[in-house]
Amino acid sequence: MTFWERNQLKLAPFLFLAPAILIFLIYVIYPIIDSIWVSFHEWNGMDKNGTRGNGNPNWSWVGLKNYVVLFTDDEEFYVSLFNNIRWLLFSLIAIPIGLLLALFVNQSILGMRYIKSLFYFPFVINAVVIGVIFTWFYNPKYGALTYVLSLFGLDPIPVLADENLATYGIIIASFFPGIAYTMILYITGLTGVNREMVEAGRIDGASGFTMLWHVILPQLKPATLIAVVVTIVGSLRSFDLIAVMTAGGPWGSTEVLAYKMYQESLFNYRMGYGAAIATILFLIMDIYIAWFLYRLFKNEKSEK
Amino acid sequence: MKKLITLIVLFTSTVVSAGTLVVNSNQSGESSKAAFDAYVDAFRAAHPEVTVVVNEFEHEAYKTAIRNFLTAEAPDVAIWFAGNRMKFFVDQNLFQDVSDVWADAGLNDSMASTKGSLTVDGKQYGVPWGYYQWGVYYRKDLFDNLGLNVPKNWEEFKWVCAMLKKNDITPITIGTKFLWTAGGWFDYLNLRINGYQFHMDLTAGKVSYEDPRLDATFAAWRELIDPGYFLEDHASFSWQDAQAPQINGEAAMYLIGNFYVPTLESAGVVDKMDFFQFPTIVEGVGIAEDAPTDTMHIPSGAKNVEDAKKFLAFMSNKEAATNWATMGGMLSPNKYADKPTNRFSVMGAEMLAAADDIAQFWDRDANPDMAGAAMEGFQEFMVKPDREAKIRARLEKERARIHGDL
Repeated sequence: MTFWERNQLKLAPFLFLAPAILIFLIYVIYPIIDSIWVSFHEWNGMDKNGTRGNGNPNWSWVGLKNYVVLFTDDEEFYVSLFNNIRWLLFSLIAIPIGLLLALFVNQSILGMRYIKSLFYFPFVINAVVIGVIFTWFYNPKYGALTYVLSLFGLDPIPVLADENLATYGIIIASFFPGIAYTMILYITGLTGVNREMVEAGRIDGASGFTMLWHVILPQLKPATLIAVVVTIVGSLRSFDLIAVMTAGGPWGSTEVLAYKMYQESLFNYRMGYGAAIATILFLIMDIYIAWFLYRLFKNEKSEK
Repeated sequence: MKKLITLIVLFTSTVVSAGTLVVNSNQSGESSKAAFDAYVDAFRAAHPEVTVVVNEFEHEAYKTAIRNFLTAEAPDVAIWFAGNRMKFFVDQNLFQDVSDVWADAGLNDSMASTKGSLTVDGKQYGVPWGYYQWGVYYRKDLFDNLGLNVPKNWEEFKWVCAMLKKNDITPITIGTKFLWTAGGWFDYLNLRINGYQFHMDLTAGKVSYEDPRLDATFAAWRELIDPGYFLEDHASFSWQDAQAPQINGEAAMYLIGNFYVPTLESAGVVDKMDFFQFPTIVEGVGIAEDAPTDTMHIPSGAKNVEDAKKFLAFMSNKEAATNWATMGGMLSPNKYADKPTNRFSVMGAEMLAAADDIAQFWDRDANPDMAGAAMEGFQEFMVKPDREAKIRARLEKERARIHGDL
């Protein structure tokens, strides 16, 4: 027996995994480490051995300076961080709405199949398109919102030009695909709901909200977990809608960490500073992902 | 996306052989592409021995792509902008000195008016191909209806605004969503009040944003902001969105560049429109205008420098120079080029020829980092003028970080 024949079964999984692991290392792990390394430097994104107009090198070690400036001397960083938190909290509203829609479309009525696909449609549209549509919707001069307000005799609200409202305006736009996605998760979850338990509940006199809360929802827990995870990760990564709808404005009030990172590194030529922001964002996500994995493993253990 | 662009550049530059000239272009608009193609075709006809390969980029994407391709895989010719935007790459040794092209092709004579914006330490690092004026594009029909004349000074300008406002017409349209339109207003107010040299010192980071001389600039701006002369909610509009009120006859004036004219033509209102120079504010201050110049450069990593220099020197061909500029709605920097025929270009050419000084534009004169922060501040000031002190303190902090203490 050759070496291969003897160990075929043990080696095969690794061989199958190898391409994926290799790509993961090159495109995910290496950039993470490299970003952290860059964040300890001042770099304008040009040749690392070159010099700037004022004679300073393009690339130089500055230790923790980028982080110190970020935390002590950059008001915009706190604006972005606060906006990220707002995104995180308010985008969760999409989940109960998605659940309600799922319950609504989960009835066997003629043509419901088509209504389902209509509700799912926003998730398929590109975020840029959604951003443009909502920008028109909010347009204080010619937009649909202004028109609706005028029917009630109200003045137009310049949602995207108001520093206090703009972020909420964009979050509402993000509901559009977000609700569709959570709805699909719940529809799949609902098909797995145990009918016998529903019957048993009915015999015990549960109906309406009691039924939903005590019988259906506990069975939808896996779907809820995924919905929460996807929504939160999505809210931390929110970028495309902001870039399209406000470009971070008015005067930087809708910036989030991901957008600020893009702005600093690509437009302001501060790669090191941008990398420091990316690292902070990475750490925030880490805390959250650690909590998620902990929950996941705990669940699996208890099931065993 | 950037990777893809780099790949395309890599691919196109590895298949080329000697005698091939690779040009990276940002002329992606319909009319500007046709104009650039005309120049390339004329060059091909004059130099059949050179094979020209054009890599076309989308105009905005080009701004980030250029840093990649200049360092990674340089073309032989790259289109770019004069002023600080060029200097950034000159400082990085990414653009070549082309002073010899200027001397050999007689550009020192024919391009004298724009030479300054392409010169760093006495050497030229690129050749201009077009520029355009800024000024106030206004609805002549609305002015005529109310019996208003073109304002020549600040008092008249404010009076015109007041009259328009009284008749329920928005005096000035503007969309500051992408900030740079606010930079245009700051440019003109500051140039008219403090003059060209002070403005250049400010963009070079040599003057504090809390300098008392800037008080007058912000005060004049406020004279238009407080009575509500600017389009309401302008922070939600892009510069294109802000065209609509003027095209619909709801707004009267727009401070913008000449690239606005093709829109006016396609919207069918060009006959109702006219143009005037930004009014004088302080008597005796030299008249300076914003006239951004678009340019061509030879990257340091160019492989076919010889043909690249021919391509740049071809701008001395007055016919090719004329076509490229006028087809794209611009003015040719070549003084022997045919005079423009479009009336807005004619007015622009006369105005610029008479100007004492030419500025590039806020975000082309200032360091990119500072320009962005400042324009954000200008936008905030235009909506919340009471925050002036806070905004200027913040900008000064940015200036000190970027340019060092004074």
